[in-house]
Amino acid sequence: MAKHKHEAMTKKIKILGTGCPKCKTLTGVVKDVVAENNIDATIEKVEDIIEIMKFDVMTTPALVIDGVICIKGRVPSKSEILALLN
Amino acid sequence: MFDWIQQIADWLVYDVLNLDKGQHLAEALNFFIYDSSKILILLFVVIFFMGIVNSYFPIDKVKNYLSRNKLYGLEYLIASLFGVVTPFCSCSSVPLFIGFVRGGIPLGVTFSFLITSPLVNEVAIGLFVGLFGIKTTIIYVISGVLLGTISGIILQKLKLEHLLTPWVKEVLANAQRDQDIFQIENQTLRQRLPVIWAEVVKILKGVIPYVIIGIAVGGLMHGYIPEGFFEKYMSKDNLFAVPMATILAVPMYSNASGILPIVQVLVAKGIPIGTAIAFMMGVVGLSLPEAMLLKKVMTMKLITVFFGVVILCIITSGYLFNIIL
Repeated sequence: MAKHKHEAMTKKIKILGTGCPKCKTLTGVVKDVVAENNIDATIEKVEDIIEIMKFDVMTTPALVIDGVICIKGRVPSKSEILALLN
Repeated sequence: MFDWIQQIADWLVYDVLNLDKGQHLAEALNFFIYDSSKILILLFVVIFFMGIVNSYFPIDKVKNYLSRNKLYGLEYLIASLFGVVTPFCSCSSVPLFIGFVRGGIPLGVTFSFLITSPLVNEVAIGLFVGLFGIKTTIIYVISGVLLGTISGIILQKLKLEHLLTPWVKEVLANAQRDQDIFQIENQTLRQRLPVIWAEVVKILKGVIPYVIIGIAVGGLMHGYIPEGFFEKYMSKDNLFAVPMATILAVPMYSNASGILPIVQVLVAKGIPIGTAIAFMMGVVGLSLPEAMLLKKVMTMKLITVFFGVVILCIITSGYLFNIIL
């Protein structure tokens, strides 16, 4: 029962970035936060610029959670990401 | 302003290491300690300050402003200034480029931004203040901004839209001069500082090895190249010096922070400042990795025209500086 409830709430995290150092840092931080807090989430890296531009961002890296752009152009702290995921 | 660093350097070399004043090694070491400490402190200050500006800078608002208003030519200058405050990360230039095109901002204005963004960046400014002093830095920044503005106007006149890659043309066709909705990030300085700090540390870590090596090599050259050595080959009268220096500079992006300390020594040994500035603009402003990234939005022909126009403008400003300074 508990498991079923969790699946319904799986967060879809997307990290937009063409592969620059900052984008890699963001991916690392997000992965850490998800693992450390046992958050049920899928993490997808979007590296194709045409795909990235479908989200209206002008600065990378950007963090998209469940289709909403939460962070753009910077690497947030762990606590900030955790707050966004809860 | 930096007397105290000199005192520390003196203390370390003459007291702690107990080397004799006037000895070649002692003087070289003293110069090295003084120069590298001064430059690293300046780099830290400039990068930190730019980090704060950048954290508060409303990129979307400026884009909307440029997109909405008819500015009668002033938009090139604004876009160029905008390039100064955005931090240079070559991976952000493509998304920004598309954002501009999508907002219906003319291609030339977008180019103005794209040229100044790497040309006048925090690391270059920090190094410049440390190596050449405030006056030369101001000249460099102003000419960098003007260079972006003028190159943008020229590129606009050339009507290059048909040389964009197909998907960008599609974006261009659907461009709207509308205002994007954007969320304002309500963060206090206290919340922003750790993020800015982490960024500063990261940038510094990346450039420190190059700066140190550059200063060390520069220091060695300082001792071995006689005064006025280059005047023979690169005097102001030599018309080929500026174009040669600019073209040599283009492939050298990755170690700009190591090259600038060496250029300073070359200037001290007689290379005219205009030739040196042209060289540095080529090093900092144009790079092959950037060209590779732009391939996603521009055809090779467009990249070639773009680089060509910027190179010509750099060469022109090099000649101008040699005449004026």
